[in-house]
Amino acid sequence: MLAFTLKRFLQLIPVFIGATLLVYFLVFATPGDPISALSGGKPMTPAVESALRAQYNLDQPFWVQYGLYLKNLVTLDLGMSFSGQEVRDLLARAFPVTARLAVMALAIEAVFGIFFGVIAGMRKGKAFDSTVLILSLIVIAIPTFVLGFVLQFVVGVKLEWAKPTVSGGATWGELILPAVVLGLVSFAYVLRLTRTSIIENKQADYVRTATAKGLSRGRVINVHILRNSLIPVVTFLGADLGSLMGGAIVTEGIFNVPGVGNLLYRAILKGETPTVVAVVGVLVIVFVLANLIVDMLYALLDPRIRYA
Amino acid sequence: MPENQNQNPEAGLPISKIRAGKVSKYTIPHFVAPLDETPLQGVDAVKETGKPLSMWAEAWRSLRKRPLFIISALLIIVVIAIATIPGLFTSVDPTSCYLEFSNEGPSSGHPMGYNFQGCDVYARAIHGTRASLMVGIFTTIFVVLIGGTIGALAGFYGGWLDTILARLGDIFFALPMVLGAIIVMQLPAFRDNKSVWTVIVTLAIFGWPQVARITRGAVLEARDADFVKASRALGLSRGKSLLKHVIPNAMAPVIVVATVNLGVYIVAEATLSFLGLGLPFEVMSWGNDISSAQSQLRNNPMMLMWPALFLSVTVLSFIMLGDAVRDALDPKSRKGN
Repeated sequence: MLAFTLKRFLQLIPVFIGATLLVYFLVFATPGDPISALSGGKPMTPAVESALRAQYNLDQPFWVQYGLYLKNLVTLDLGMSFSGQEVRDLLARAFPVTARLAVMALAIEAVFGIFFGVIAGMRKGKAFDSTVLILSLIVIAIPTFVLGFVLQFVVGVKLEWAKPTVSGGATWGELILPAVVLGLVSFAYVLRLTRTSIIENKQADYVRTATAKGLSRGRVINVHILRNSLIPVVTFLGADLGSLMGGAIVTEGIFNVPGVGNLLYRAILKGETPTVVAVVGVLVIVFVLANLIVDMLYALLDPRIRYA
Repeated sequence: MPENQNQNPEAGLPISKIRAGKVSKYTIPHFVAPLDETPLQGVDAVKETGKPLSMWAEAWRSLRKRPLFIISALLIIVVIAIATIPGLFTSVDPTSCYLEFSNEGPSSGHPMGYNFQGCDVYARAIHGTRASLMVGIFTTIFVVLIGGTIGALAGFYGGWLDTILARLGDIFFALPMVLGAIIVMQLPAFRDNKSVWTVIVTLAIFGWPQVARITRGAVLEARDADFVKASRALGLSRGKSLLKHVIPNAMAPVIVVATVNLGVYIVAEATLSFLGLGLPFEVMSWGNDISSAQSQLRNNPMMLMWPALFLSVTVLSFIMLGDAVRDALDPKSRKGN
């Protein structure tokens, strides 16, 4: 288990370098001179300009810039944004908000998705199953930003059940509505995956044995069928953490959540290389770590899987 | 003659002639089934010269009867018709806008009312179909061509190509599609030439690894099948057996994913346009219309709802089609029905 963890951990390194390099290269090639953007497009003296360029390493060639960035990344010095704030501080402020949002979204989609998926799977072909299947397809087909606007309008503005936008503090209560929007599409996927998996497993021999030896229906479903059906669902949830972070750009924009997505979107528009690469770097780490945890969870869910 | 097998071969022979050793001297009367109880004509009636149904023909047979498939196929035909000949569905010019009608509700000839600029919402939605559909269809074509080719080669030949693909896929998977597309759409080459095609290329860049992975998996499975080995034993070259035997048998999951993804790409285009990074503003598209409707959401919510409805129904029909095709191609799920 330890050797496996270590091996997987080492495999993360090329992925991490590749992804940051890709993003660094793309942002590097982006138009707009950040230094002239810094001065608001007004002319400045050559001395000031070259000093600024040197300060942000913009006078160095690409590889040197990237090398310096990686070195700083390892020492946790993420550089400065163009407005003179430490990227580390910006991230430290925005990341907990997005983490809270993503965890809530993940919890919502996992709990409700698995719950309804189990019911639909156990009643394959019945009215409940067909209704849930069609509804989940409709949810998948509606873009997140449309769902966001509609829920914001209906729940926030018309019914006034929740505040339509989030304050600077971004408390758990305020984040419920954005988290529902963020998790809704994945909820439909979790539901469908659980259903398929349950249908596959519910006719297995061990389920018949469990029923035959007199276990209650609840125990058969929860312990025997569900546990064996969870592997594809857990895989999906792990991979979904990454798309939740990406989807946060849209959701955080609609609900004005001061999180990573918001930070990233504004930084991309400004061409702020350090911020963009730092944020994407963190997102890549989160994504890859989530997949590592999923691999570990397999062994818990299914003792037949052993990591030698 | 097969009938002979049903008859008792011992009949009429003394037992001592058949078996040595001590046995009962009584003959046990054997039951012989009357010939007409086993109608062999039924067995003989199978046409041995007829060609067996291929997987595709069989899938098509079961598809034709599924309501899900019929509904989604009809919807897709309608959407394609709208995209090719929008003039057939509306005679109103979507670009002639009158500010005096700004945010007005439906009236005769304008079933969905007007937007903030006083343009006809229905006409704009009809004329916006083409851009959204083009993005979906062409992105899917590119992704299947690129991802399919690379995935098939990697799965079939293995080796260094497979290793590189696996690592490259990991890197691309670590970047969510919308996130990567936002960054690419900011590149000078893309930002200055914003059009339907730049969006297609951007989405294809981040879409191909998924298809490559699925193709690779399917090819790996088909590669070791007996019929492929047989084709090699009969003297077919590796490349030919890949083209003629492996790929046709690995197509099913790729087709399903491509159909579902067509809808996903349409949503991705709308999301990019919504963020102001997708199609240029002059291009009429559902994404652009939804994006411009958001500022008027509290005055005129229907201005956002109609293009969103067009978009969702189109995406829904592609996802439903993919679902139906998946069920039809999967013999396991077909048995029960």
